[in-house]
Amino acid sequence: MSTSIPMLEQSAGRGAARAAARRRKHQTQTSEGRRAGWVTYTILAIVVLGSAYPLYYSLQLASSTASQIAQNPIPGLGLGGNLLENLQRVMDANINLPQAFVNSVIVAVVTSASVVLFSTLAGFSFAKLRFRGRGPLLVFVIATMAVPTQLGVVPLFIVMRELGLVGNLLAVILPGLVTAFGVFWMTQYLESALPYELIEAARVDGASMIRTFWHIALPAARPAAAMLALFTFIGSWTNFFWPSIVLGTQNPTLPVALQLLQASFFKDMSLIMAGVVISVIPLLVLFVIAGRQLVAGIMAGAVKG
Amino acid sequence: MATSTASAPVTPGSVDDPRPPRKIGFRQQLGKWDVKLSPYLYISPFFLLFAVVGLFPLIYTAWVSVHEWSLLGGQGEFVGMENFQFILGQPNFWKALGNTFSIFVLSTVPQMIAALIIAAMLDANLRAKTFWRMGVLLPYVVAPVAVALIFSKLFADGSGVINTLLGQIGIDPIGWHSQSLPSHIAISTMVNFRWTGYNALIFLAAMQAIPRDLYEAATIDGAARWRQFRSITIPMLRPTVIFVVITSTIGGLQIYDEPRMFDQAGKGGSSGQWLTLTLYLRDLGWRTNNLGRAAAVAWLLFLVIIVFAILNFTLTRLIASSGAKKDKKGQLRVSASGAAIPSAPSPASTPVVETSPATGEPGSGTDGTTGRTAR
Repeated sequence: MSTSIPMLEQSAGRGAARAAARRRKHQTQTSEGRRAGWVTYTILAIVVLGSAYPLYYSLQLASSTASQIAQNPIPGLGLGGNLLENLQRVMDANINLPQAFVNSVIVAVVTSASVVLFSTLAGFSFAKLRFRGRGPLLVFVIATMAVPTQLGVVPLFIVMRELGLVGNLLAVILPGLVTAFGVFWMTQYLESALPYELIEAARVDGASMIRTFWHIALPAARPAAAMLALFTFIGSWTNFFWPSIVLGTQNPTLPVALQLLQASFFKDMSLIMAGVVISVIPLLVLFVIAGRQLVAGIMAGAVKG
Repeated sequence: MATSTASAPVTPGSVDDPRPPRKIGFRQQLGKWDVKLSPYLYISPFFLLFAVVGLFPLIYTAWVSVHEWSLLGGQGEFVGMENFQFILGQPNFWKALGNTFSIFVLSTVPQMIAALIIAAMLDANLRAKTFWRMGVLLPYVVAPVAVALIFSKLFADGSGVINTLLGQIGIDPIGWHSQSLPSHIAISTMVNFRWTGYNALIFLAAMQAIPRDLYEAATIDGAARWRQFRSITIPMLRPTVIFVVITSTIGGLQIYDEPRMFDQAGKGGSSGQWLTLTLYLRDLGWRTNNLGRAAAVAWLLFLVIIVFAILNFTLTRLIASSGAKKDKKGQLRVSASGAAIPSAPSPASTPVVETSPATGEPGSGTDGTTGRTAR
């Protein structure tokens, strides 16, 4: 209860702030409230343990040898002593894991930056500027969010081959440069977070549209933009279907590399799990740093990203 | 921000100005165009890119699906509905359809129930709220491919953790990889693992938007906790539940990553026990090199998704509204006796029907590349 409501509004959007305000009001009214009992804590603890156990299990396997895994189907509580060795082995394996790691970083960073930039631009336009066709175009954006664009893989592949991009990272980056969700998300946010007065003040001062966007809209959009970047980054990092079709074995991203790892070393679980650990760690670090924002983002916008 | 000396302010009324337009300086003219064109300029990157990488492929799929089209040879002759006829005559298609449906049900129904329960727990007056919320969200940051690798080992037929545990309590090992239904359960478990906490947070946001007065009134009327949950929480969550179910439908029916990684061959099992429609599409297009037939499967899957989305929408509405019925004013009948809440401070105009911005409305990022559908 240390964060103030205006602060929450900054970081989590107006909806969450309103909900929190309403909630707090009622908490003070009913001093008893519904204080959680031990049953609640026990159930939640089980859920959290269940969420964490598979990850810990993969770390246990990644730190064991193949024979240890064969002997103990259920590992004890501790870790084995072979983690570094296995990590080294999987980096050296002939599936080009270091390259895959770099590729994943490139794709995730480029698509996140692009989605945020283009979504904020379009969101600013939809939320704050007046132009003909604004309503129908926004409806179109919302409608496309429900369209399973993944089903366009066949022509997308044909196009990428025509462009000579099969096996090229660009083939994965291009379809990820914009998302309808991003546009909608930024429109929603800027509608409430950016006062008209600020824009008008900038215009009166003689700022051009793009200057107004850059100096007024973009700073105001920062909290929502950060969340959008997070979700896009995670979505890109975990994306598998399309990269596995278009990238092939020479130039994989991490999920594709994990599939190759599984295909060639399915007998050596410690090696596969070492690969899993390498692919999971960056997002875990991100989760530790920005988990609060993730939670706030999901709760503020019911994001499906 | 402060370039006031350089150019004059743009006045909106300048169009109706009686003075001839020539007197307007070049800069002002420029400013006018700036105001007129900028909005289109700013939305154009999205629309152009989306047209090329989203809309065009989806429509062009129809064109490909009525042609003979091999992966290597490219476009062949027009064959009409032949690709569709071929697919509808394949036992594997129907098997994949059944498997997809089975996995979808096994991953959606328990997931929604669990997410609601977890959300109700998180909605209680907890210590260390952020810790618990982050805790249930943890699996979301693990890629489905990694989840699948971990869980296929947990569910290994011979020496997996689960079969070993079952053996210790005297249950025969289950053929998670060899039998159909067990494989669906294993795959659904992966989906549930990754998404339950996520959906719980969405439900939690919606729960927190429910006015607490309703619960107080129900308590006064003597409704127990379970009764309150059923008669207030569930009906109030209806828009959110519908939203989550629809997005799960669109994403879940396209499931690919988990069944693909469930074994190293990626063909949906030795006899297609866990072959799904997207796996089948991938197999037709890139293993048997027939893009025409793959495109036909894509269209059929599209149809299936639409049908199911509508079906689930209707079904969820029915289920969610059977908990408590609303009267004509949109007020909730809460008390067991059926009387309207007497002490509710503000009657019909209260945000009873208002779906706050914190709930379902904003967002269904079922986008092909970064969304849930991409798994």
